[in-house]
Amino acid sequence: MGYPHPSHVRETPVISKYFGDAEARTLAGWQKRGGYETLKQVLDTDPVAVQNVVKDSGLRGRGGAGFPTGVKWSFMKPDGKTHYLTINGDESEPGTFKDREIMRWTPHQLVEGAAIGAHAIYAETAYIYIRGEYTEPIARVSEAVREAYAAGILGKNAMGSGKRVDVYVHKGAGAYICGEETALMNSLEGRRGNPRIKPPFPAVAGLFAQPTTINNVETVCAAIHVLRNGAEWYKSLSSATNPKSTGTKLFSVCGNVARPGNYEVGMGFPMKDFLWELCGGPPSGRTFKAIIPGGSSVPILTPEECEAAVMDYEGIQAAGSLLGSGGVICFDDSQDMVRQIARLARFYAHESCAQCTQCREGTAWTTKILERIRDGQGTMKDLDTLLEIAENMTGKTICVLSDSCATPVVSGLKKFRHEFEAKIPKNRASVMIPGFSTAAA
Amino acid sequence: MSLHAMAPEGHADHEPYTPVFVGARRAELDELLTRYPTKMAALLPALWMLQASRGWVSPEGMEEVASVLDLTPAYVKGVVTFYTMYHQHPVGKHFVQVCTTTPCNVCGAEDVVSAFLKETKCNELGVTSPDGRFTVIEVECLGACGFATPVMVNEAMIECVSVDSVKDLLAGLD
Repeated sequence: MGYPHPSHVRETPVISKYFGDAEARTLAGWQKRGGYETLKQVLDTDPVAVQNVVKDSGLRGRGGAGFPTGVKWSFMKPDGKTHYLTINGDESEPGTFKDREIMRWTPHQLVEGAAIGAHAIYAETAYIYIRGEYTEPIARVSEAVREAYAAGILGKNAMGSGKRVDVYVHKGAGAYICGEETALMNSLEGRRGNPRIKPPFPAVAGLFAQPTTINNVETVCAAIHVLRNGAEWYKSLSSATNPKSTGTKLFSVCGNVARPGNYEVGMGFPMKDFLWELCGGPPSGRTFKAIIPGGSSVPILTPEECEAAVMDYEGIQAAGSLLGSGGVICFDDSQDMVRQIARLARFYAHESCAQCTQCREGTAWTTKILERIRDGQGTMKDLDTLLEIAENMTGKTICVLSDSCATPVVSGLKKFRHEFEAKIPKNRASVMIPGFSTAAA
Repeated sequence: MSLHAMAPEGHADHEPYTPVFVGARRAELDELLTRYPTKMAALLPALWMLQASRGWVSPEGMEEVASVLDLTPAYVKGVVTFYTMYHQHPVGKHFVQVCTTTPCNVCGAEDVVSAFLKETKCNELGVTSPDGRFTVIEVECLGACGFATPVMVNEAMIECVSVDSVKDLLAGLD
């Protein structure tokens, strides 16, 4: 299938196989497609064996950081404490809308993945945290959970295994930062969504101060297929040349592009073919000016840099950016990069939780300076100031929201500096401060 | 796509406050409390219930939520003000949120906002129209970037809204 358009022949639809197939949304439809068979097997398997298969498959976290999933699961030991699994369905990185389609079309896939993940980390409870704006995904997943309880798939004797698996849906209330793992935990606990200082790491003291694992929606869904078909099968889906990035990845494509939507390809797919053949290239009569390949928080690439890249963790890094969440944002030649980078900075300024000074002040000042450059009120010195602020925003805060704001500014200034300079009036060397005379004018 | 408007149950500002967490809603809250090891964890869900019932999160509502969850009203207000989706004042019958973050912005989302402001006669962001039917705001990334421009009207998300489709969309609302 595929949604919003049928899967391209060069796609490898594994997770997205039933996108657009309304019947797959129901429990009966999901079971008809082999659903919950893997969960049944997993519930009768020792968690360490489950962790090992996922470790061997090379599956890495699909939320952005790319941490090996099996390794993350193996941090959780049978220590007699209450463990929790939290599923991050807060998907809020601009440019990313893959988890939305997973939850809309295959809610049972997520419920099955959550139950498998819970078993693999010795947890009896999984909370699926979904952003508040995702009203349809929340309704679909909640209905799937209800159906699964009614059928005895979830509950105190999950699928007759004698093991308890509870899955609950928790609705967010509008905050980008709650996609950060520890902010999500605070939010779930009924607090402001401020990220926590690490250590302690979630595996030691996470949700409700108990050992906790947090996984992205796409990650736990991929785990089902890994466990069903084996680690070797999963590795065979991606380019054999890079064993560090395995399996398939969902990429969300948006902005100025002929065919926006979700595409699932094997890791290592050539980005040139991806952009032109699958996504149809830029809108008719236009050319690409810039591409952000992994959600708004990663460095901006030029079309030339993209066309030489392969789409996996290492390939996009070699091109000068990051795979991130797989949100591909396209800009065509009609776009004003200063305006769009200023708009991105405004997003981060709006979403900063404001607990770290570098982020609270840095995102706000970056936005103010970028907007005055956009409006023709900037000076050449502002460009240096932006880089100086960016330096102070990078690697100095509790979470990486601050770094994420600095990234497009630094890469934008590096690659599109001429657009910034073109907006600065030649005779403005510094900003006039009322009541003071400035030497340079 | 049909629109399921979130209909507030009435209770204008000036009417005396009546408790939300009674009867079926109290039972719903009690069920929610069994899902978490702390009462505090039910705060976001309880606030959602309050807003669904009254259309906004009033100071009296926050006091009631605080009392049913053994929290202080100040704590509850601290949490409410962190999140953007809880209305801290009454809004129009149709609360319209237009995504204008970069991926939608490059597809012309700002023009969609202008069209909504004009057609609803709100004229200004965050200001309710004179007939009380509409409030229009810009919202940060709705997570539907491939369907630019996504717009939320109360609980419904409408994909691929363009300047040309705004009038018809509004005509379909009651």
